[in-house]
Amino acid sequence: MTTSLVRLLDKSTPAAGPRKKDGNPAKGRSKSVGLHILLVAVSLYFLLPLWWLIVAGTKSTQGLFAGTGGPLWFDRNFALFDNIAQLATYNNGIYLRWLGNSFLYAIAGGVGATVLAVLAGYAFAKYRFRGRGVSFMILLASVMVPATALVIPTYVLFNNLGLTNTIWAVILPSLLSPFGVYLMRVYVQDAIPDELLDAARVDGSGEFRTFATIALPLMRPAVVTVLLLSVVGGWNNYFLPLAMISDPTLLPVTVGLNAWQVQSNSATANSLIWNLVTSGSLISVIPLIIAFLMLQKYWQGGLSVGSLK
Amino acid sequence: MSTTSPQLQQTARPPIATRRGVTLERKHARFGWVFLAPFAIVFLVFLVLPLVYAFWMSLHTNTLAAGEKFAGLANYIAAFNDQRFLSGMARVGAFALVFVPLQIGLALLFALILDEVKTRLSRFSRLLIFAPYAIPGVIGALMWGFLYSPSFGPLVSFFDFLNVQAPDLLSRDSIFWSLTNIVTWQWTGYYMVIIYASLQSIDSSIYEAARIDGASKLQTALQIKVPIIASSLVLTIVFALIGTLQFFTEPQVLAPLAGNAIDAAYTPNLYAYNLAFSYQQFNYASAISFALGLLVFLASIVFLIATRKKSGLR
Repeated sequence: MTTSLVRLLDKSTPAAGPRKKDGNPAKGRSKSVGLHILLVAVSLYFLLPLWWLIVAGTKSTQGLFAGTGGPLWFDRNFALFDNIAQLATYNNGIYLRWLGNSFLYAIAGGVGATVLAVLAGYAFAKYRFRGRGVSFMILLASVMVPATALVIPTYVLFNNLGLTNTIWAVILPSLLSPFGVYLMRVYVQDAIPDELLDAARVDGSGEFRTFATIALPLMRPAVVTVLLLSVVGGWNNYFLPLAMISDPTLLPVTVGLNAWQVQSNSATANSLIWNLVTSGSLISVIPLIIAFLMLQKYWQGGLSVGSLK
Repeated sequence: MSTTSPQLQQTARPPIATRRGVTLERKHARFGWVFLAPFAIVFLVFLVLPLVYAFWMSLHTNTLAAGEKFAGLANYIAAFNDQRFLSGMARVGAFALVFVPLQIGLALLFALILDEVKTRLSRFSRLLIFAPYAIPGVIGALMWGFLYSPSFGPLVSFFDFLNVQAPDLLSRDSIFWSLTNIVTWQWTGYYMVIIYASLQSIDSSIYEAARIDGASKLQTALQIKVPIIASSLVLTIVFALIGTLQFFTEPQVLAPLAGNAIDAAYTPNLYAYNLAFSYQQFNYASAISFALGLLVFLASIVFLIATRKKSGLR
């Protein structure tokens, strides 16, 4: 019964594929040719930097500056594998450390933030506890607090506790996701009928068991969405680790690559590592692109959950 | 969290025969706080405490000679007389006036087009337009920095081909628009997906009614679709506004490439960062962070109240 309900909900969320629209295909054809040309032009614009990155990732530093194919085509010297080998060994393979750190920060922060958001969203949606209204108002207001305003005071607090330059300095502040709580609350309110929970209670199921066995499976689409958003937020985070971490072995890949850019920019010839900046950037964007392609159904519908009211 | 001890189940068992679940729910209301507690703790420690501490720091000065000393509003008075801070504020204000309408306008346009033409090509475009969201801001800025670069960017060869002097996209005159382009590229797709998803949730029988009434596609789009999805437009505008006012990553990454076009106080956030981490002026930096945060907060609230009827946030 539970599985069929999940399917039903999946269908009723906007995630579930394109809506069938009955139109007259022949009639709108001439107009849609124009729209298609526009779409192609727009797509090319959005593709341009990515295409450049794919091409540039396969070039040596020499090829980047004076390649045979120009900036937007491959050089005669295909150096992708050389670059990867160099990435794995340069500075004792620090790039691999950075990738590992990014994974750690994104997954630990993302999973933690999602767990907290699921529990809190469920509380707001399904319990009329004392102080709920005020708490939710505060939560909504906190969505408007810019995250960067918190970085400097958090840094000073952590510095007093000796926590800067540790993984906790990046992971702990990432656990905070007021918007995730808001998304979960809105979703749970519509997707889980009170009667279902009451029926479970009458059957003698405890609150935690009801949550884990009845509510949680129904929350799956929203859970995946919030998880994806928080993991992406963690992977892309820049200001927080930039402020918190100065130990090069603890940097995430975003801060590390920018440090390489700065180095190459002001460097003497033998420490020019532009080829590592480009190939390192190329490799670092692959995990998220794969995640987004695999989870299309979720983000395409789930992102709008918060605005459907 | 998903494991339950048998004892808890015992005590949580409701009294028998409650009517229509009302008493039942009240009985369990306190569990709300149990579920909320972990988030509430993180909220207090990593949001409320830093905000209070920032405010406290902003009211003090810290010098080697005198140590930490209460200074009242001196830091704020200094900030609002600080040309560098004010010009940074004016700049992000100008960015907001350009970024927000540009990003949301394009996002709405693309979403309406994609809602209209449903072909394999349009689905592919949707993916491509969204793709930059999956790219970290740092990498996005790095890529565009390369593309703008006079030494290895494609623009130079393109303008050579036209026999025209290539514009320096990283100069003081053009950096505003170069940054605008990066941010538009990065965020439009995200807003488009939010808007597109709410377009998808409109009941299509409305379109049927509009068609019978003789409404054109354009009229349907502007007079039916846009008003229905107004709440997601408000949401995306607020997000874009909050993001723009705390502009940091792109100017920070481009600064070494753009030389003198981006200084240490280009945006208030960049200024606060440099004050704190290059000059150890944490108290003054806190005042600037706090003032900026308050401004962002007030701007969003004012916008939400002004559009209260349209927004879902209540």
